Amino acid sequence: MAESYPEDLRYHPDHDWARVEGDEAVFGITWYAQDALGEVVFFDPPKVGASVTKDQAYAEVESVKAVSDVFAPLSGEILAVNEGLSDGPETINADPYGEGWLVRVKLSDPGELDSLLDVNAYRDLLKS
Amino acid sequence: MAALDPRAGEETLTIYERSVAGRRAFTAPALDVPDVPMEEILPASALRTRPAELPEVSEPEIVRHFNGLSKKNFDLDTGFYPLGSCTMKYNPKLHERVAALPGHARLHPLQDPEYAQGALELMWNLQEALAEIAGLPHVSLQPSAGSHGELAGLLLTRAYHEGRGEQRHKVLTPDTAHGTNPATVTMAGYEVVKVGTDEHGGVDIADLREKATDDIACLMLTNPNTLGLFDRNIEEIAAIVHGAGATLYYDGANLNAVMGISRPGDMGFDIVHYNLHKTFTQPHGGGGPGAGPIAVSDRIEPYLPRPQVVRVAREGEGDAHAGNGRAGERPRFGLEHDRPRSIGRLRGFQGNFGVFVRSYAYICSLGGDGLRETSETAVLNANYLRARLAEPGVAEYLPIAFDRLCMHEFVLSGRGARDKLGIRTLDIAKRMLDHGVHPPTVYFPLLVEEALMIEPTETEPRERLDHFAGVVRSILEEAGEDPEIARNAPYTTPVRRLDEAGAAKRPVVRQPSADGGGGAEQNPGDPRRAAENPAGATGAI
Repeated sequence: MAESYPEDLRYHPDHDWARVEGDEAVFGITWYAQDALGEVVFFDPPKVGASVTKDQAYAEVESVKAVSDVFAPLSGEILAVNEGLSDGPETINADPYGEGWLVRVKLSDPGELDSLLDVNAYRDLLKS
Repeated sequence: MAALDPRAGEETLTIYERSVAGRRAFTAPALDVPDVPMEEILPASALRTRPAELPEVSEPEIVRHFNGLSKKNFDLDTGFYPLGSCTMKYNPKLHERVAALPGHARLHPLQDPEYAQGALELMWNLQEALAEIAGLPHVSLQPSAGSHGELAGLLLTRAYHEGRGEQRHKVLTPDTAHGTNPATVTMAGYEVVKVGTDEHGGVDIADLREKATDDIACLMLTNPNTLGLFDRNIEEIAAIVHGAGATLYYDGANLNAVMGISRPGDMGFDIVHYNLHKTFTQPHGGGGPGAGPIAVSDRIEPYLPRPQVVRVAREGEGDAHAGNGRAGERPRFGLEHDRPRSIGRLRGFQGNFGVFVRSYAYICSLGGDGLRETSETAVLNANYLRARLAEPGVAEYLPIAFDRLCMHEFVLSGRGARDKLGIRTLDIAKRMLDHGVHPPTVYFPLLVEEALMIEPTETEPRERLDHFAGVVRSILEEAGEDPEIARNAPYTTPVRRLDEAGAAKRPVVRQPSADGGGGAEQNPGDPRRAAENPAGATGAI
C-alpha cells in the first residue's frame, strides 16, 4: 500500500499507533515502520492477559533485515492478539492499520493518551 | 544474448543431486583383518536402521562440482569487499603455509601437553601479544567467536559480582551496538537496557548517567562504534560505569582502527574480546572457524575459563614467569586446570588452533610498528573513500550519517537516493554485484535510515577505492535515467534476487532424500514456531 497515516489514530514516536475505542485500544506499527523493516517474516506476540507498560517493549517483529522490539504506546492489559499474523506476518506490510493490527488492550490509564502525537505531529516527526 | 547462451538457466546441483548409485572416487583395499559383523561390536542403540545417505560421485565429478561452486563464489581473492564491521582484509598466503605445517595441522587435540610444547608456546606467546595490544594483562583463547567472547565476558561479570555478594540484573548497550550485544545479554540471562546516541554519534552521557544504577552489571561498548566514530568521552563513560559498580566490556569488532594507538585497558575497560578472524587475518565469511579470545583486568582474572595456557616454572625455580632462567633450557608450557573460581570450560579442547597460528604469524610478520601502521592505513583508507563519496553527484543521494572524520569505517544514508531517485539501499547494493564488487553492510546500524556501512580496510590500494567510488557514482547516474535497472539488479550473478522472506519463513534445511521418502516428513512444517529467539540484528520500532 502507499504511504499513509490515518487521522483517527494516535502515534508514538517509536512508530507505533493506537486506535482508542472507549477504554480499549488496538495497537499496531505505522506505514513508516513496516517500510523501514522490509517484509515481516515473524511476529512474536505477547500472551493474552499480560500487562504492557507505555514506552516498554511488549512484542517483537522480525523482518528480512532485523528483529525489532515493538513498544507500547499506552499501558494496559492484553485482551487479544492478532492470530492471523502467525500464518501471515506479511499482513503487517500489506495493511498496517487494518488486518495487520497487533494486539487489543484494556487501557489502565486513559490519561496517557494526551502524551501521544496526532497525525500532524507524527508527520512532522517523520520529516525531521 | 540469453538465447545464444546454451547454459543460461542451468541449475546449480548439490553434490547429492549428482549422486549415481555405485559411483566411487575411491576403491578400498581388500580387508586384511577378519570381517566382524557390526552387531557383535556395537550395541543396538548405536546401529543404523538404514544406510547413511552419502553422495556417490566419481573423483573428476567431485572436483568439477566444487571447482564450479568456487567460481560462483565472491571472495577477497576475487575483488573489493568493503563489508562494514566485518574487517574483510586480505589474508596473506604465508599464513596458510605456516598453518599447514604438519606440526600445526596434524597435531591431535588430545596430545599430552608434554609433547605439544610448540603449540602451547605459540598459544602462550599469542596471549602475551594480545594482552599487550589490549592493555590488559590476562588472556583466554577459549572463546571461538566474537559472540562467544561476549558471552564469556558477561559470565565473568556475573561471577565477579557474585564473588562480591552482589546480584545485578541489567546490562547497558548503546542503540548503535552490534546486534550480538543485546542477543548476548539475553542469552546470559540479563535484561537489555538501551542507551541513546548524542548528536556527535557517541554515547549520550546524560542518558547513561540516568540509567547507570546499582542494578546494572555491565556496559557493552564498541569504540570506535559502529558508526566508525571514536567516542571522545570514553574516560567519563568509564568513570560513570565503574562508579555504579558495573564492569565495562569492549566489543573488539572495531579493533582494527586503534591497534598500537590506543588500548582498551588504558581507556578503563575491564574485559575485551578480539575477533582474530577479523583483525588478525583468519579467512572468514562462511561461518567459521573463528576465534574470539578475551583479555581481562586483574580483578576479573580469577574467574577466567579453565584450563589456562601457562608457562610453568621448572624445579628449583620460584617464579613462574622466569622459566627460561637456566642457560640452554627452553621454558615449559602447560594447561592449568586448578582454577577454583573459574567460570569453567567454554568449549571442547583448546580452540581453533589454525586461527591462532595465522594470527600469531600476522603479529610476528608486522611487529608492533606494523600493527600500528595497519590501523593508521585502515583509517586513512576509510577517510579517503569517505571524502570521495562526499563529492557532488554522490553526497546529495548518499549523505554521511555523522559528518566528522571517521575511523576505519563510515556510514552513509540512502535516504537521498530513496527520495530523489526512487531506489533503495538494497537496490544500490544489488547493482554493485554487477560491477564485480561486494556491497557494503546495509541497513545497519538501525538508527541510520537506509544505511550503508563501508569498511575498506588497509589492504586496498588507492585504485580500488577510486574504482568503488566510480561504481557508486555510475549506479546513481544510471538510476537518474532509469531506476528500473537498479531495482531489478543483479543481472550477472548465478542467481538474481532471492526470496529472503520466503527463506526466513519456509527454510528448506534438509536435502530431500533421493528415493522421495523421508525428506518431506523430516522437514519440519514451520521450524520458526519452535524458535525461541531467532538470530539477527535487534532494534527498536
